[in-house]
Amino acid sequence: MGEFDNLERIARDLRKDILIMLNKAGSGHSGGSLSVLDILVALYFGGIMNYKPEDPQWEDRDRLVLSKGHACPALYAVLAKAGFFDRDLLWTLRKLGSPLQGHPDSKKLKGVEASTGSLGNGISQAVGMALAAKVLKKRYKVFCVMGDGELQEGIVWEAFMAANHYKLSNLVVIIDYNGLQIDGACNQVMNINPLKDKLEAFGFRTYEIGGHVYKNLIDTLTTAKRNVISPTAIIARTVKGYGVSFMANKVEYHGVAPTDEELEKALKELDNGA
Amino acid sequence: MELKATREAYGKALVEIGKMDNRVVVLDADLSGSTKSAEFKKQFPDRFFNLGIAEANMAGVAAGLALSGLKPYASSFAVFITGRAFEIIRQSICYQDLHVVLCGSHSGISVGEDGGSHQSVADIALMRALPNMKVIVPADYSETYQATLATLDMEGPVYIRTSRAKSPVFMQNEPFELGRSKVVREGKTATLFACGMMVHLALEAAEILTKDGIELEVVNVSSIKPLDRETVYNSVKKTGRAFSLEEHSVIGGLGSAIGEFLAEELPVFIHKMGLEDRFGESGSKEDLFCKYGFTKEAIAERIKERLNG
Repeated sequence: MGEFDNLERIARDLRKDILIMLNKAGSGHSGGSLSVLDILVALYFGGIMNYKPEDPQWEDRDRLVLSKGHACPALYAVLAKAGFFDRDLLWTLRKLGSPLQGHPDSKKLKGVEASTGSLGNGISQAVGMALAAKVLKKRYKVFCVMGDGELQEGIVWEAFMAANHYKLSNLVVIIDYNGLQIDGACNQVMNINPLKDKLEAFGFRTYEIGGHVYKNLIDTLTTAKRNVISPTAIIARTVKGYGVSFMANKVEYHGVAPTDEELEKALKELDNGA
Repeated sequence: MELKATREAYGKALVEIGKMDNRVVVLDADLSGSTKSAEFKKQFPDRFFNLGIAEANMAGVAAGLALSGLKPYASSFAVFITGRAFEIIRQSICYQDLHVVLCGSHSGISVGEDGGSHQSVADIALMRALPNMKVIVPADYSETYQATLATLDMEGPVYIRTSRAKSPVFMQNEPFELGRSKVVREGKTATLFACGMMVHLALEAAEILTKDGIELEVVNVSSIKPLDRETVYNSVKKTGRAFSLEEHSVIGGLGSAIGEFLAEELPVFIHKMGLEDRFGESGSKEDLFCKYGFTKEAIAERIKERLNG
């Protein structure tokens, strides 16, 4: 038994939830939801974030902004597991009247800190939240989970610049670096590398880790929380579609939900991996 | 009559509301001296944040501050804050219905010599089209001061438009009420709806027209959204004819707002005066106003022609 077996078990169950949600919805983003999941599991269940599901607006809570909003099925699965709402709600994803919108809507669903979906918008809001902590003299942390393709948006670098300028050491940016975007490989569409150099040049203490390895995630996030000098960036190397062999590293599964047949195959695979 | 710029009133009012509520925070994008938000910075440096020449991020940061329980006021030139940051205003501020006050200064062509690149002719149209957004275009210094104070107790996003150029201070210094228009001159021949510094010009044009027996009713529509439908309706019901005057494109601004409402509720003739579908250019405010028809004589002439035609 490894130290992080529990987190891995949670992640396996939530991967199944994600695939079922997407299948029931008939649309949505499979690849990015599966790649980002371990990061979210580490944050919510690895002892990193302080939150109270029974009091979602608790003012000292740590904030999570999912800037890559299209991966919201992963966030929804995590929030349900954390107790923000009933798991049965997951099966209403993308359906009329559901608080589980196609991209996260803070006005509709408890636990969603910021409405996101238009790429790059989440990080600016996260910077605002971190700045607010300074004004309000609060000790909460703001975690912003971004996609690597998302970094192509100019506003992201405006936000990074401001985070460094205002020494927002309470801001932790985690980049779900899966290397793929809609039109293909990120470095083919618009190369953002050398990313670590760029982030460091923008004043971030930067780490590069394996994004599906819980020990890496927990250790680095714990270190990041202790940083009082500068904002932190964690480049978490992930695999798009992680956990399902036929989706892994396939750009085709960016914005596609599994069919009934694919769902059955994927669930079987996840169970066998148990 | 005293001449003062509306942006000065915004800066002064910011300081007042900063004293009233310590949740007020002010953001600017490297134009705080021009937008007058620097007044607030002097008094409350810990609650002022310059976000640099990055308007889109400033809008997003404002959203994050509002989500955290603060009351952000963000300013820049009207053309940049509404245009450059439009999508962020839409997604992060309006979609979440956050109480963020955006101030666009240096609006319209009265900014003058900087030219078309710096003259906002579509900011009202852009902001008006966004769900939840309120749009305020105060007529003078007094009304801008009162309107800015009033924004503190409003809910959701607000856009307030100010000007660089000085203009006559003529409104009574009374509390601003969102969604209320004021009849600043009564008349019965036709109604002229105006906003911003055009309201005073409208009054001057109305004065000229009395010589021709035309009694123009002038309505200051500082609250463009929500629109005071009752006042608009009652005035046009009485006069039967509507004109609009704004320092903005005739597409999507005040005239469009009035016209859209009248088309549904009280279909009458409306003639929109403003910038035709075009950009501005460099020149002094006076020269530009002359060229584009924003003089009392030109306005009076156009109204007379349309009424007689």
